[in-house]
Amino acid sequence: MFIQIKNLTKNYNNTKAVNNISFDMEKNKTIGLLGPNGCGKTTSIGMLLGLIKPTSGEIIIDNKNLENLKRNDILARINFASPYIELPKKLTVRQNLEVYGRLYGVKNLKKRVDEISEDLNIKNFYDRKTGELSSGQKNRVSLAKSLINKPEILFLDEPTASLDPDIGDFVRTYIQKYKDENQVTILLASHNMVEVERLCDSIIMMKNGRIIDRGTCDQIIKKHGRNNLEETFLKLARSKNEFQ
Amino acid sequence: MNFNKIYALALRHLYLIGNSLPRIIDLIYWPTVQIFLWGFISKFFTLNSDYYSDTVGIILTAAILYDFLFRVSISFNMMFLEEIWSRNFTNLFIAPIKINEIITSLTLTAILRALIGMIPAAILAIPLFGVSVFQLGLPLLFLLFSLYLFGITLGLLVTSGLLRFGPSFENIAWASLFFLAPLGCIYYPIDVLPIFLQVVAKGLPLVHIFEEMRSILLNGDVNYIDIIKSISISIVYFVLGVIIFYISFYGAKVRGTLINMGE
Repeated sequence: MFIQIKNLTKNYNNTKAVNNISFDMEKNKTIGLLGPNGCGKTTSIGMLLGLIKPTSGEIIIDNKNLENLKRNDILARINFASPYIELPKKLTVRQNLEVYGRLYGVKNLKKRVDEISEDLNIKNFYDRKTGELSSGQKNRVSLAKSLINKPEILFLDEPTASLDPDIGDFVRTYIQKYKDENQVTILLASHNMVEVERLCDSIIMMKNGRIIDRGTCDQIIKKHGRNNLEETFLKLARSKNEFQ
Repeated sequence: MNFNKIYALALRHLYLIGNSLPRIIDLIYWPTVQIFLWGFISKFFTLNSDYYSDTVGIILTAAILYDFLFRVSISFNMMFLEEIWSRNFTNLFIAPIKINEIITSLTLTAILRALIGMIPAAILAIPLFGVSVFQLGLPLLFLLFSLYLFGITLGLLVTSGLLRFGPSFENIAWASLFFLAPLGCIYYPIDVLPIFLQVVAKGLPLVHIFEEMRSILLNGDVNYIDIIKSISISIVYFVLGVIIFYISFYGAKVRGTLINMGE
């Protein structure tokens, strides 16, 4: 297994933000991380990114414990995009991609920036300041930054939040295409159930810091006797019992 | 250490300055205002005080050196705060750049920002008030080095506070230097302080730097022992500052404040 999460827990004072979760991620698969707000998705991603120290548990990537890996070695193989974090607003798109390309030690940076800019249609606002862009444009630039180092592991937190259906569809299509063409393992946190059904090979449902169900979308929908993932999500999110 | 990464982070801040004329003006404006203000005060003291009568511009020189310290420290803090304000904090801390590379990059860029402001102000003081900070000669370099190290240390302590307490610590960033200024004996000799405060003040490099500056300007004496003392104290504080920064970074990982840190 490429990534193994074993009994991962994060406590903040007396609150268990993430409570003893375990799951595996296969190479070149997309896993959806679903759950209501405050269920522990961001904390889990934070621990996988090495930004949050787990209270207990293990994260094993490529048979090596994250704790024992050199921080830079693993971060060079990872990237992350979220609408809740931004690139420096006063820098142009080109400058931002150059800075992050250099930080990630990308070889043939100019070629890589050209390539990714072409793919994501960002060349026409290449020399505009990032803070002056629309949500859709910013989102694509953020995605470009997250792919600049050709990551083996990509964490996406609500990659199409606040996008219109057209741009949302463009981004989803691109993520799918990119995954098919490159060996990339994706962990996708999203509240958009259509997006999850379209992109994810399997899903993990979280609630109150715990995993309450897991499987493919079809398996989970059938298991809970619902018509689609949205209805299943509502059932699980509103239930008082934990299902697993 | 990877110098390409240090350069990349420096480039981010250089682009920020280069993209904005108001930012460049802001860097030059405040030191220049300081020069005018302290230039006139200095001129007044020179005309009315026996202590200063032989040394034109002793206060103005102190003001320039103090402003250098202030700019270095504020520059370091500002660059860190820029990451918080622009909500870029998470992007930076998930990039494969080591903490010592971040510190080195901010340290090197801070001096550039400080010099952009200080050099025009120091040159302006020559024709306007007939005062040249360069008359301190070679010791000026050592005094600036000591001030630079101490300014970076203050920057490290404030950014450690930002990591520990979040953006609410920002106000301390602005207040930090003013807190130390009275003990630094920038504009007056250490004898002015009460005895118990003199003991505390001697633990700061500022006293040794500014006492030495006055000694050179008033008597033409260079006391390298005092200069070495000031640099040594600055190095000790700098090492402590780096250690505290690492502790704060580790603490921020435990508390989970590195993710989603923004305004």
